[in-house]
Amino acid sequence: MDNNLLIKTNRRIVKDSIMKWLFGTASFLLIVLIAFLFYGIGADGVGRLNLSLFTNFGSRFPEQAGLKAALVGTLSLMAVVIPVSMFIGICSAIYLEEYAVKNKWTAFIEMNISNLAGVPSVVFGLLGLTVFSRALFLGNSILAAGLTMSVLILPIIIVASQEAIRSVPDNLREASYGMGATKWQTITQVIMPSSIGSILTGSILSFSRAIGETAPLIVLGIPVIIQFLPTGPLSTFTALPMQIYDWAKRPQPEFADVASAGIIVLLVILVTMNAFAIYFRNKAMKKLQN
Amino acid sequence: MTLIKDRKEKIGLHVMKNENWKKPVYETNGLNVWYGTSHALKNIDLTINEKEVTAIIGPSGCGKSTYLKTLNRMVETARDVHISGNVTFMGNAILGKAMPVELLRSKVGMVFQKPNPFPKSIYENVAFGPRIHGIRNKVMLDVIVEDSLRKAALWDEVKDRLHKSAYGLSGGQQQRLCIARCLAIDPEVILMDEPTSALDPVSTHKVEELIATIKNDVTIAIVTHNMQQASRISDRTAFFLNGEIVECDRTSTLFSTPEDSRTNDYINGRFG
Amino acid sequence: MSSIQPSEKMRTRDVIAAAKKRERFGKLVPHILLVVTSLTVLATLGIVYTLLKETFIFFTHINVSDFVFGTEWAPFSNGSPAFGVLPLLIGTLKIALVALLIAVPVGLACAIFLSEYASPKVKKIIKPIIELLAGIPTIVYGFFALTFVTPFLQTLIPSLKLFNALSAGIVVGIMILPMIVSLSEDALSAVPATFREGAYALGSTRFETAIKVVIPAAVSGIASSIILAASRAVGETMIVSLAAGSTPAFNLDLTGSIQTMTSYIVQVATGDAGYGTTIYYSIYAVGFMLFLFTFLMNRTALYVKTKFREDY
Repeated sequence: MDNNLLIKTNRRIVKDSIMKWLFGTASFLLIVLIAFLFYGIGADGVGRLNLSLFTNFGSRFPEQAGLKAALVGTLSLMAVVIPVSMFIGICSAIYLEEYAVKNKWTAFIEMNISNLAGVPSVVFGLLGLTVFSRALFLGNSILAAGLTMSVLILPIIIVASQEAIRSVPDNLREASYGMGATKWQTITQVIMPSSIGSILTGSILSFSRAIGETAPLIVLGIPVIIQFLPTGPLSTFTALPMQIYDWAKRPQPEFADVASAGIIVLLVILVTMNAFAIYFRNKAMKKLQN
Repeated sequence: MTLIKDRKEKIGLHVMKNENWKKPVYETNGLNVWYGTSHALKNIDLTINEKEVTAIIGPSGCGKSTYLKTLNRMVETARDVHISGNVTFMGNAILGKAMPVELLRSKVGMVFQKPNPFPKSIYENVAFGPRIHGIRNKVMLDVIVEDSLRKAALWDEVKDRLHKSAYGLSGGQQQRLCIARCLAIDPEVILMDEPTSALDPVSTHKVEELIATIKNDVTIAIVTHNMQQASRISDRTAFFLNGEIVECDRTSTLFSTPEDSRTNDYINGRFG
Repeated sequence: MSSIQPSEKMRTRDVIAAAKKRERFGKLVPHILLVVTSLTVLATLGIVYTLLKETFIFFTHINVSDFVFGTEWAPFSNGSPAFGVLPLLIGTLKIALVALLIAVPVGLACAIFLSEYASPKVKKIIKPIIELLAGIPTIVYGFFALTFVTPFLQTLIPSLKLFNALSAGIVVGIMILPMIVSLSEDALSAVPATFREGAYALGSTRFETAIKVVIPAAVSGIASSIILAASRAVGETMIVSLAAGSTPAFNLDLTGSIQTMTSYIVQVATGDAGYGTTIYYSIYAVGFMLFLFTFLMNRTALYVKTKFREDY
């Protein structure tokens, strides 16, 4: 009987160890996946990483194809996305956290934001195509694409900013009111400074989403082979992921190498941005701890 | 081969030989516990006897809970814990790798400060322990559940809603359910960590009555803040202070004629 | 505040005037902010309105039941174009199913490992990797599927086509993996420690505690994470456009080229279908279906998470 209990218990412990090993392997698989992903993409592209990749425009010939227009295009795109999405995003977050009374309209707005976050990016492309491209006659310009991308990342920025504002302790607000500050003064001089780090973190992460997003650009009809740099917000342009998509689709294997070089560039940009985001996050956390 | 046999004898074979067993259930010698750098228990020597209620009293942070949790090694779930010394449970050393915690805990139940029934039905809560220890027979489980609930004086209150959520019960009922959950694994010892501190006086009284009846079957070690409680329900009392045992004696003796002046001060409410 | 010099003795009248000005501005602020905030509602309305309007026009060209129940999708056919959406739905379903078959077991195993077994040190290594996986653009995953996964799978399954549902589905599974891991891990970690203590104290192993106590208590959060991930798989565009092909297929074959709702929209957008043609309107009808499916799934996920949550 007692021996029985010992054997049973040992059996259960062995089962536990096996399961631990199994679960651990699944987690280890993630590391393997990342390694494969980077190897699979990087191996072919490294050889193509040279100066001409950055100084050449797109081309029908793989050996001449470059990212110049795409890089400038992506930068121009972000020049629209960053101010528009941050302005609307932070204003909305301030309103929802600091001003909004709990009523049906507020609940509706909140529900609406969570719905918007789940809409597939290609559908945002359809919105952009109909509203910005056609109804507002912006065509496939930087402005049309920038506004579309702004709408796409808006929910992410709003939610991140709301969380940042919510995490500002109430005693700071009370201290500010106690000194006779108005609500707006409290927001701009107390709440914003102590939450801006976390807001920036969320925003940067959403910008990196906008940089890598391809589907809405395709639906908007953003061209790929462009031999000039954009001249203004209404100019046609191409963007990094668009260029990669075009190269990836082409049957010649040389283009696959260019595509993978393009992906390396894209990933380096995104990793750099994430590093900044982490930097701001740590800074924001330190601030709140003090 | 001999190694395996050795190990079996060390861990298991003694456990069920109650009749051969002498009075002490737990023997602690020179137990030290550190949380990181803070020395939570210092050189504890204490014996817990069979079918007695041993109360452990002392002010907050004196190490009484830590001691209790060492007895079923729940203390190891905290981070950065270091333990030295010797604790035996029915003659088996329990600290160290030779004793699997699962085996130890199958013989030692624990009741926590706040009632913590699982988010399952009353029946499933009680049947949980027997199930994981390999009992699958439905009839047997029914018997165990009813028996445990009866022992915990809860049967009459819940027999009509065995399959309803345990969260429909009051706090006091939940705590008695947690005791029933322990009883269902047929433990030698039940460790109670301030089991009534979250309960109202009436529920507290019911739990105390329950302790008085189940002590005929199981050994109980109870940590309590409440000295009246310790004097009401325990046979022996140990007084902890700053991680050390100041005094341990029969409860009547300790409360009437304490040897140490600090014990005297504490039981008379001068500190803590 | 900067206009007030503390060293100067201010006249009361000025102070009152300044305060009044601030008050007027302060009263205006919430109204301005409300207008800006309502822009998000406008975006949703814009989406719904566009999709509905163009879909409506599409249905003046094509019979609704032909669209919903039709088993042939051949919009570019010269002789007899057909707009039966079922092949696109089947294609989307194939991708989502393969993706979930990959992501659910691996994702849950990983979430359980992180919340029940892993030491803080191990967590510190794995969590950033999950974040990294989540931050990779889908175009990169698509390229990976096309140039790495498909050739690899072709060595195992020689009949596998260059464009196929299997590799695209597997890679979509990798793409949604971080979502399942992090949301499920959140749900598991939110289960109070007292439940685990209770189970451990009865002699449960960690596995028994996880399976019998923690997972049942977190099941609503886990289910919600799976539904959300499924919705992401349904809406995924670039991986399927690059790796799954553009041949609408009304069958259950995973080794051949398929077309999903999303990849059809991309195919039309990259082609030169003129404005006002039936094909042009068809992308809105397909987009509307896509929107409807993902919307319903996201709502269900939220509903499951809040309504079936154990109150503890």
